[in-house]
Amino acid sequence: MTGGREMTGARETARPVLCLCGAAVRVGGRTLWSGVDLEVGAGEFVAVLGPNGVGKSTLVKVVLGMQPVAAGEVSVLGGRPGESGSRVGYLPQRRSFDPSLRIRGTDIVRLGLDGDRWGIPRPWGARRARERERVEEVIELVGATACAHRPIGRCSGGEQQRLLIAQALVRRPEILLLDEPLDSLDLPNQSAVAALVGRICHQQGVAVVMVAHDVNPILHHLDRVVYLAEGRAVCGPPSEVVTSATLSRLYRTPVEVLRTGDGRPVVVGHPETPAVQGGPHAIAG
Amino acid sequence: MRLLAEAASGSFSWNPVTDFQQMWAYPFMVNAFRAGAVVAVVAAAVGWFTVLRRQTFAAHTLSAVAFPGASFATLVGIGAGFGYFGFCVAAALVLAVLRRDGRPGGVEESAATGVVQAFLLACGYLFVALYKGLLTGPESLLFGSFLGITGGQVAVLAVVGTGVLAVLAAVGRPLLFASVDPEVAAGRGVPVRLLSALFLVLLGAATAEAAQITGALLVFALMVLPAATAQQFTSRPAPSLLLSVLIGLAATWLGLTAAFYWPYPLGFFVTSFAFAALLAARAVQALREASARRGPTALVAPTGEPA
Repeated sequence: MTGGREMTGARETARPVLCLCGAAVRVGGRTLWSGVDLEVGAGEFVAVLGPNGVGKSTLVKVVLGMQPVAAGEVSVLGGRPGESGSRVGYLPQRRSFDPSLRIRGTDIVRLGLDGDRWGIPRPWGARRARERERVEEVIELVGATACAHRPIGRCSGGEQQRLLIAQALVRRPEILLLDEPLDSLDLPNQSAVAALVGRICHQQGVAVVMVAHDVNPILHHLDRVVYLAEGRAVCGPPSEVVTSATLSRLYRTPVEVLRTGDGRPVVVGHPETPAVQGGPHAIAG
Repeated sequence: MRLLAEAASGSFSWNPVTDFQQMWAYPFMVNAFRAGAVVAVVAAAVGWFTVLRRQTFAAHTLSAVAFPGASFATLVGIGAGFGYFGFCVAAALVLAVLRRDGRPGGVEESAATGVVQAFLLACGYLFVALYKGLLTGPESLLFGSFLGITGGQVAVLAVVGTGVLAVLAAVGRPLLFASVDPEVAAGRGVPVRLLSALFLVLLGAATAEAAQITGALLVFALMVLPAATAQQFTSRPAPSLLLSVLIGLAATWLGLTAAFYWPYPLGFFVTSFAFAALLAARAVQALREASARRGPTALVAPTGEPA
């Protein structure tokens, strides 16, 4: 993304890149959530949190234009959802590649760039060279150069996730939608990928909306948090939303927000609470 | 499979020029080589996507459909080609309808595909039973025949083959995208479901072509073996596709040559050569991995791909 939009330039745009106003979604006759107001500015890192089945991924689908809203307004980059094309990058919920799939990581990234183009690619020409350069550049940005030429099924979970983020970034989107990108990664990889997304967001000025299961690995990178629960949303900066009082009210169960030694907040559920299965993770996510 | 050696005499000289001159002195051999080339190229190219999409069971079903197709054509007295193409493409459309989300794989898809396969095989058996006259023999429908291919047949194969390759070239990249990464492809506006149905039709047409040469049961030799072999050698899409075509072509022509000089069935030779290539690819892959495990001084990267 070198040579792309500068963060300061993007910040100056007064209009938010993504705006939901009184939005409601019905799936199968059931209202998942309603009255959701959300504004995301350029270069902002927003997490969508909440219990399982509350409609977090559906929110992403709404922004992509794959799910219509039942009420309210949705505006993506000043237009209707699904009409922004390559200006919105999308990384769906964890998909695994078969270990025997004989396609390299770099091919996966490249398909993100030109996979929707018909006809035979010409192996020469300036455009081709530019595209190859772009693929290499974005793979380097996510730190996946070492594994990009191996078959993707042979890469580790963290390496695959980096390559998939590269794929979502390769067309220089202004909004990046990530659906549980940290799921099934080990702890060091979780924080490394979270730091990578934070860096892309703040340095490249890409607005990031990340659906997350566990808030802790991303908490100190976040600009804003959306908590979906009980069919409604609470939205605000982490310092206001990620508090013991707000979270306990949203989850209807005691949730504590503690401070680590260096002052970072950590969300912890009460282990003896019988109402919530799965302990801290279920509460945090 | 008829034995070519019965029809022609001559001995193998290990000199390719002399051998080809000897073989091509017979017009039926020229047609056999032409038809073999068309079928090998089309089957290998379509088969490459089939292997990548994990749709070999669908390919197997469509090849089984070639048998009722050909026997039905014989029964009602139309050209076998109509039977092959008609049945295979129709079965491909049925499979496309039975698939729900247009995504490869899945237990439900296997079950539905299996049901179609069993029913159509039974139909083939019925058609053979109904046709009480001298059928060319289920054997040649199942195991193919290189003898007596007419120039007209070669022309039909070439026209259909060109059409299949042209469509494949036009949709190749989105099809690759939809095959390895259907969700993101759909998010990018690639018509994943439509491509999935279209690919099944291409697969049906390619299977119908191959079945006329290798027979219904040995379509796999040309459809799956070259692609599986090529994907062992390299994971770069374009070279892998090209290699797959070359392996298919080589196996077919070598098989034809062998069947001309030795009194054994052609299908056996083609399949054996393709299988030998797969074994060789596996061996090379195993050696690469072994040498990579031996230490960081090894010249080859751990996965067998140049870094």
